[in-house]
Amino acid sequence: MKVLQALGIVLALMLLAYVGAAVPGGRTLFGVVLPYLGFAVFIIFFIAKVMDWARSPVPFRIPTTAGQANSLPWIKQNKLDCPSTTSGVIGRMLLEVFLFRSLFKNTRAEIHEGPKLAYGSSKFLWLFGLLFHYSFLTIVLRHLRLFTDPVPGFVHILEFADGFMQVGAPVLYQTDIVFLGALTFLLLRRLLLPNIRYISLPADYFPLLLILGIGITGVLMRYVVRVDVISIKMLANGLVTGKPFVADTISGIFFIHMFLITVLLTYFPFSKLMHMGGVFLSPTRNLANNSRMVRHVNPWNDPSIKPHSYAGYEDEFREFMVDAGLPVEKEPEPKPAEEEAPAEGETKSES
Amino acid sequence: MADTKVEQMSISVAKDPSLMTGAIPTQDWMDVPAVFKPGNYCYPGKKDIVEYLDKNLPGKLFGEPREWKVEDDDWKLPENWKEIIIQGMKDRLDKFRSFKVFMDCCVRCGACADKCHFFLGTGDPKNMPVLRAELLRSVYRNEFTKAGKILGRLAGSREMTFGVLKEWFMYFYQCTECRRCSVFCPYGIDTAEITMMARELLHLVGVNTNWILEPASNSNRTGNHLGLQPHTFAQNAEFLLDDIEEVTGLKLNSLSFNRKGAEVLFIIPSADVFAEPGIYTFMGYLLLFDHIGLDYTISTYASEGGNFGSFTNNELMKKLNGKMYAEAKRLGVKWILGGECGHMWRVIHQYMDTMNGPADFLEVPKSPITGTVFENAASSKMVHISEFTADLIKHNKLKLDKSRNDHRIVTFHDSCNPARGMGLLEEPRYVIENVCNNYHEMPENTIREQTFCCGSGTGLNTGEIMDLRMRGGLPRANAVKHVHDKHGVNMLSCVCAIDRATLTALMEYWNPGVEVCGVSELVGNALVMDGEKERDSGLRFEPLAGMEG
Repeated sequence: MKVLQALGIVLALMLLAYVGAAVPGGRTLFGVVLPYLGFAVFIIFFIAKVMDWARSPVPFRIPTTAGQANSLPWIKQNKLDCPSTTSGVIGRMLLEVFLFRSLFKNTRAEIHEGPKLAYGSSKFLWLFGLLFHYSFLTIVLRHLRLFTDPVPGFVHILEFADGFMQVGAPVLYQTDIVFLGALTFLLLRRLLLPNIRYISLPADYFPLLLILGIGITGVLMRYVVRVDVISIKMLANGLVTGKPFVADTISGIFFIHMFLITVLLTYFPFSKLMHMGGVFLSPTRNLANNSRMVRHVNPWNDPSIKPHSYAGYEDEFREFMVDAGLPVEKEPEPKPAEEEAPAEGETKSES
Repeated sequence: MADTKVEQMSISVAKDPSLMTGAIPTQDWMDVPAVFKPGNYCYPGKKDIVEYLDKNLPGKLFGEPREWKVEDDDWKLPENWKEIIIQGMKDRLDKFRSFKVFMDCCVRCGACADKCHFFLGTGDPKNMPVLRAELLRSVYRNEFTKAGKILGRLAGSREMTFGVLKEWFMYFYQCTECRRCSVFCPYGIDTAEITMMARELLHLVGVNTNWILEPASNSNRTGNHLGLQPHTFAQNAEFLLDDIEEVTGLKLNSLSFNRKGAEVLFIIPSADVFAEPGIYTFMGYLLLFDHIGLDYTISTYASEGGNFGSFTNNELMKKLNGKMYAEAKRLGVKWILGGECGHMWRVIHQYMDTMNGPADFLEVPKSPITGTVFENAASSKMVHISEFTADLIKHNKLKLDKSRNDHRIVTFHDSCNPARGMGLLEEPRYVIENVCNNYHEMPENTIREQTFCCGSGTGLNTGEIMDLRMRGGLPRANAVKHVHDKHGVNMLSCVCAIDRATLTALMEYWNPGVEVCGVSELVGNALVMDGEKERDSGLRFEPLAGMEG
């Protein structure tokens, strides 16, 4: 149901682009105006979100320690999973951002009769997650050939490496296959695993299907449907240089591809896709575990919150303390004839 | 003991339809209401307790003190309770980056789903950390995000209602803030942080549990969570000297209370003074300090290391914790040594210096016996007993007879907080391996940073939710059972007072024949004291190996 909602929206967007590009002025709208807008929204709101996170205080030093801490000199510290220095934190973050280290630790639990719990290694999510992100990155970088003139050297190298098997004409890029395969895996995983399906929102299916739509239209344009690459490159180049020109020879499928990308850019800063920025700012990962060694300052620490005072404590229990031989600060006053009941608690003025 | 018999529970956890056993829920989680019935909730805070706490903290952190019942349809909430919650969320979003980032960047990949002990034991979808967080996130989206406001349920947002509040009360009290899920999350989302925020919000409208608030208010007034007055606390500790004498033939005279000028202030979870099996851990501490001639004192004013405030809100946590430094300053000690307690150490390690420091009136801790300077505690000035003991052993300062623990086949439970909020993994193991001959690790997915909670932390160790606790503790118990069956393990050691209480109940239920102890009890058994009599029993008067009958 939720996946159908998301699918419906993506199909509607595709249709909108296809029809929209066919009406007068539509080509400029879908080829120039909306992409510009989408890109602007992406940049502005992405930065705004990250700034918003970065500006909010980190009151406490709360790394998740996932290994032995810095302790006695003869105890071996796990410097990556429990860093106590900035360089250790950088190492932890690099592994997290580039290799998804935490996800690599994933396990799968099962309960059997007995009862008996069993835990197995489970690396598929890590593997396909990694494949998806890296193939996506490669594809985005490869697209720079459309936006640049002359094309930078690394793009040529990337294209060559990506097509090294020299299969087909035009040459088949491995990342295209990996990209669509990994996306399909992530989608099927969401649909088929009962607990993942249960936690999934339309907002989880939507980006998957949207990106799948971008991938499929892209692959179709490269390998199946003939498109006017020269004109597309002219448009892309024009978008960068500020002189975009939409040639009449650009076909409808391109506008679908382009519009889905526009939607992705626009949707990005307002969605879970912001994990791209959030991963850098997670206080359980990017802080050193050194809070007993170096004082961490909380900007909003409230100095007016004081412990129940010792004096107040002794006042309440002084006689018992003296009777029990416990040292006191103030000797008790001579006992009046009737014993006073101990005070019942504190007053607001105390704190 | 739990309401459900263990035979029945064993079948239920593995067979009853749940998300753990492969049954697929038919209703969307947003449409499944939380239903309270006896056994699945903790009793609410008593009116006078809430009044007392309210009086002692600024603002209106604990809502309106009142009598209310969880199963009633009317929780007697303030009229503007929704506004209070939303405003409370806003305030906290502005104060905690963790809260903000964790609300925004979850992708629901599900890596955390089967990492939670409560999910593994109940199969309840809302015990998957991701859904637990979504309970709060859905409201966050509705109030604070554009996508949530425009797209509504498509973006996973929903309005704050009484039903949602009930859900929060149910599921944020089925999380023990153990942080196991946060080890596996690719963005380090820590459900402990989310639970802390949710509980703070619940407190704002007076939705609370007595098992947390009463110990917290006792700790504030009397120094310890049971409300023992100073003389009673001291007497309890002194009784244990008699027990030590019976076991060792030695009358220790090194124990003192509130003594000014001592070198070290020793702070323990107070349960070690009055509850089994913590008292044996306490006897271990005292023997150790006497053995090395440590100049130390225990405070009756700061007689609770545990911090029940940390299960409520930041303010109460700070207030209760403040006693440690205040007392260290008053007594003029050089540094502080801390006993075996889990969440006490989370607070000391990650919060204390920030909240109540700088402790510039103390010195960088230096062991008077070995000369070791504890650089890792250079600022907070507080050292963990396992660090301290490990250092003593490494420098050969202890006379130990390992064979006196030969009647124990030991395993070690990493308590959540020292493991995942501190990184204290090797120190207790080093100590155990030097005082015991028989030691076996539980399976690797259940120890160290992957350790499983006892199932009753964060103030859930109350009698009214026994079934739930036995379910939540199942993953831990199951791992113990594995080494019990394989190696005959009969002693589950740990460095946490809540563990000592709760694992004991858990073992009685799932693994009869396995006892629970603090690491320092094992140390106390093995210590060869000057002038002691020949020992034929351990600290709990149990016969040593070869001394039976």
